[in-house]
Amino acid sequence: MSNHAEAVLETESAGTRTFIAVWLALLCMTVVEVTLAYMRPPVLVFLTALVGLSVIKAALIIAYFMHLKFEKLSLFLTLFPMLIFCIILMLLMFMPDSGRLMVRPQ
Amino acid sequence: MWLFIIADALTFSAILMAYTYVRLATPNWPMPFHFFPSIIFSTVMTFCLLSSSLTMVMAVDSMNHGNRAAAVRWILATMVGGGAFVALHLTEWLNLINNEHMTPFSNAWGVPLFGGTFFALTGLHMTHVIIGLIYLSVMAIAVGRGKFKAEDVEVSGLYWHFVDLVWMFIFPLVYLMSARI
Repeated sequence: MSNHAEAVLETESAGTRTFIAVWLALLCMTVVEVTLAYMRPPVLVFLTALVGLSVIKAALIIAYFMHLKFEKLSLFLTLFPMLIFCIILMLLMFMPDSGRLMVRPQ
Repeated sequence: MWLFIIADALTFSAILMAYTYVRLATPNWPMPFHFFPSIIFSTVMTFCLLSSSLTMVMAVDSMNHGNRAAAVRWILATMVGGGAFVALHLTEWLNLINNEHMTPFSNAWGVPLFGGTFFALTGLHMTHVIIGLIYLSVMAIAVGRGKFKAEDVEVSGLYWHFVDLVWMFIFPLVYLMSARI
C-alpha cells in the first residue's frame, strides 16, 4: 500500500515537474524571441528564427500539454497530414516569390 | 475535438501565411508597436496564456486523480489567465484605435491592409479565447457539481492549449516582426 502510494506520488511529482519544465522552456523561448526583435537581424534570418522557435514551442505544447506524446500512434497519424500541410504553408513564405521579396534592397 | 483542432489549425495557418506574404510584399509596412505599451503588453499576454496552459494541465491532472475540488480551482486559475489576456488585448486595441488612429480599414501610415490583417488575425484569436472562457466556465460549474468525467476536462484542455498554440505564432509574426525600435 505504501509502495503504491509512493509510486502514485512519484508519478504525480514527475508529471508536475515535467509540466513546469515545459512551461519554463516556453517562457525562455519567448524571451529569446523578444530579444531577437530588438537585435534586428536581417529579415530572412529573423523570420526563420521566429518561425523555428514557434514550431518548437508548438511541438512542446502539443506533445506535453495536449498529451500527444503519450497517445496512440493512430492519433498522431491522423494529425500528421495537417502538420505536413502547415509546414508546406510556412515554407511557401520562403518560395521563389516571397524569397525574392525578402532579399530585395530595403 | 482533435478533428476540430485540425480544421481550425488549417484556418489559422492559411490566414497567417497570407498575412506574412502580404507583409513581406509591402515595402512600407508599418512598424508601429512601441516597446510600451504594445510589446510589453503582448509579452505579458503571452505569459498569461502560457501560465493558463500550465494551470489547465494541472486541472486535467487533478481530474485524473479524482480530485474535483482541485480541478475546479485549477480551471478557475486558467480562466483568470485567459481573462487577463482578453483585458490586456482589448487595452492594446483601444490604444491602437484611439492613440494611433488605426481601424480595420484605414490608418495614418497609408497601408490599409495593416489594420485589416491585424484586427482580423487578433480578433479571430480573441474570439477563440472568449469562447474558451465560456467553455471553461461551464466545465468549472459542472465539475464542481459532480458532473462530467476526466476525459471531458481533458477535451476542454485540448481546446485551450490549441488557443495558446495559435498565439505562439501570432505574437512573433504580428507583433515582433513589426516592433518599433
